[in-house]
Amino acid sequence: MSSAAAPTPTFQIERSTRTSWIGLVLAIVIIALLVSVPWWGGEDDLRLIVEICYTIALAQLWNLLAGYAGLVSVGQQAFVGLGGYALFGLTILAGVPPLPAILLAGVIAAVIAIPTALIVFRLRGAYFAIGTWVIAEVYSEVLGLIRDLGAGTGMSLPVAISRQVGETRFDREASLYYVGLALGIGTVAVVFAWLRSRQGLALTAIRDSETAAGSIGVNNDRTKYAVYLLAALVTGMIGALIYLEKLRISPDSAFDVIDWTADIIFIVVIGGIGSIEGPFLGALVFFALRYFLADYGAWYMILLGAVAVVIMLLAPRGLWGLIADRFDIHFFPVRRRVRLE
Amino acid sequence: MTALLATFGLTSFYDDFQALFGVDLAVEEGEAVAIIGANGAGKSTLLRTICGLLPAPADRIHYRGGAIGSLPPADIVSRGIALVPEGRKLFPSLSVEENLLMGQQCGRKGPWNLDRVYSLFPILKERRRQASTSLSGGQQQMAAIGRALMTNPDLLLCDEISLGLAPIVIRDVYAALPGVRAGGTSLIVVEQDINRALAIADRVYCLQEGRVMLEGRPASLSREQIKLAYFGV
Amino acid sequence: MDWVNGILQGALIGGLYALFAAGLSLMFGVMRLVNIAHGDLIVLAAYLGLVVVQTLGLSPFVSLVIVVPAMFVLGYFLQRGLLNFTLGGDILPPLLVTFGLSIIIQNALLEGFSADSQKLQAGSFETASLHLTDQLAIGWFPFVIFLTAVAVIAMLELLIYRTALGRAFRATSDDSDTARLYGVRNRHVYALATALALSVISIAAIFLAVRVNFDPASGPARLLYAFEAVIIGGLGSLWGTLAGGVVLGVAQAVGAQINPGWESLAGHVAFLVVLILRPRGLFPKLVD
Repeated sequence: MSSAAAPTPTFQIERSTRTSWIGLVLAIVIIALLVSVPWWGGEDDLRLIVEICYTIALAQLWNLLAGYAGLVSVGQQAFVGLGGYALFGLTILAGVPPLPAILLAGVIAAVIAIPTALIVFRLRGAYFAIGTWVIAEVYSEVLGLIRDLGAGTGMSLPVAISRQVGETRFDREASLYYVGLALGIGTVAVVFAWLRSRQGLALTAIRDSETAAGSIGVNNDRTKYAVYLLAALVTGMIGALIYLEKLRISPDSAFDVIDWTADIIFIVVIGGIGSIEGPFLGALVFFALRYFLADYGAWYMILLGAVAVVIMLLAPRGLWGLIADRFDIHFFPVRRRVRLE
Repeated sequence: MTALLATFGLTSFYDDFQALFGVDLAVEEGEAVAIIGANGAGKSTLLRTICGLLPAPADRIHYRGGAIGSLPPADIVSRGIALVPEGRKLFPSLSVEENLLMGQQCGRKGPWNLDRVYSLFPILKERRRQASTSLSGGQQQMAAIGRALMTNPDLLLCDEISLGLAPIVIRDVYAALPGVRAGGTSLIVVEQDINRALAIADRVYCLQEGRVMLEGRPASLSREQIKLAYFGV
Repeated sequence: MDWVNGILQGALIGGLYALFAAGLSLMFGVMRLVNIAHGDLIVLAAYLGLVVVQTLGLSPFVSLVIVVPAMFVLGYFLQRGLLNFTLGGDILPPLLVTFGLSIIIQNALLEGFSADSQKLQAGSFETASLHLTDQLAIGWFPFVIFLTAVAVIAMLELLIYRTALGRAFRATSDDSDTARLYGVRNRHVYALATALALSVISIAAIFLAVRVNFDPASGPARLLYAFEAVIIGGLGSLWGTLAGGVVLGVAQAVGAQINPGWESLAGHVAFLVVLILRPRGLFPKLVD
């Protein structure tokens, strides 16, 4: 069967979709609204919004690690704890002002992530996952030995340091609120920007097929290191913020696998792995369930676990996967469509 | 007389890719049938579908009159159809003898046992406790055939058993097949080596891009006909 | 001499870790499945033992007669009814489903038994010691644990290398499609592997329950120890896993001698050292 020379088809690469423009408008409106909250909302509202923001941020990072880079970490609590302790250490022992200390704490977490990655990347798949958990335990136990940071029972943040954040209660709450908001929005923005970039294309290739990606020249290892370090940096900052707000830290709390990993994993799984929209949906479900069922303690966790298991078996790309497939909606335009002309 | 094995308009897919388009094939009891065709013609796909590794509608494949198309591989081998897979596919963690013993997992009774396989392939007996990966290509092929024989099949499917072997080794491997047929086992042999295929077969099918292009007794088919069916030019 | 006694004790306790690890190893070896709920299943077995002991008034070791078969059946149906559906190439489903399972088991136990610490009693046997020399003594209980571990691992090796089922395990692990071609029924074989794994860990669970306090949240630490023993020993070798358990037990004993709060950490450090210096473990066998 011979083919006569056919004219080479021309094509255009499209990124945005109609829903993505709607998404952009929605995002601007929501952000504007959020910025205004300290003027009409109460302290509880501010705290809740910050919690939602950092939860979504942690979920986006976990999604980036597991859903794109193939690094299923069950040990991200290591960096929450490291960030929290770094903040306490920097402010109490080194006299660094609290807000800059948040950023510095993130940097410290990222620096510690370098040797951590070198060790833990020797493991693959599920063993990598458990390895990250072991590392988190190690950090927890080591920090639990340091007297100056409260040892096993933990310590409180001196009032003087809180005062440095802001003289009045409103100043303090608002400052922490804006930091939390910035972290949340910033993380989503960074994840989005990364996935849109060539790095992101590389990551998506790794997600789809690591061998194929390697064979076309994607530097798998370097990309994975970069993602792991980024996650450590932001998670460390989040940990610092969390404990600056809580005013008290202990190894059990800072390295708690349920709060900082299990809940996050459930959010990403239920919402949808491998998409930016997924963690938003998952967080919505999570906070709704918590609002209605938190009184039921263990049953609430059982339900959460069961929902995650069912979703993983029946809808591996989560609730958002179902919606996106059905309605072809994409709020975050990271995909590239080839349009033939 | 009902054929031992018959397919009716058999189709097969790898996800969205269609590999077989309505293949009709029959093997009579005691026959040796060869399937030839270029790479990608669908020969291995056909064998894998018959064996249950690829899904098929139940009534597209009949064995001894019963519809077997939708059965899992373990059920098909226990009914008497065994595959010598392309590439041998011996189990690397098992020794030569353990690989042969795997043939007994399906529990079929019959004349084939370790002793009989070792008398057909004496070299295997010498190396029975060695890792299967330490064998040469030809020896591995013999082990793979032996393993399939241990299931006591009524129909043996051989997928490219000459692949990657030197001519002298191929000759040794093929020398075992008359012994297999003498035991009452029917054969389907998929071969790239047309001469070998024509020499051993009672009837030949030629596949091209998932379709049967030619069928008949080797003596009644001309070179031209075969070339046309094989290459399509 | 305290040191030597302590280390001996640690080595023997390593048998317990080896039993934990053997179950994990078996499931990974046959189906490449790492069960995050492994530790919680150990704790579940311990609670099962507690129920049997309390309702039937049996001694903990006699309760094994009921606990082991019960866990065998549980393992079979857990694999067949749930975990089989997670297998298939992608690493996320088995990991996340077993993670969810872990949370479910922990909280179900919490609901059923409260967060109180529990322990099974075996009387004076728990502290009886066997004097080897004037100054060297080992506990009878750790000694029995170690002997049990050796016996169980020997039986597992026998099963895996000398029986048709063992061949089916190894063949399925090598190439599950070709194994199917030769009559292996994967779903059933996988379920048997899990059933076996849970039987093994239920023995360890009763020993654990007699040795220390346990509560619904005790699972994750056991998973980590099992995992560390597997990695230290090397993938693919059950005797290696025993060695790994012993190394872990000794490391923990050394840590405890220096400072009681350092027991767990010392084990983690030993694990990390092995991971850095000998990433494939001390006695690796697996041809991957």
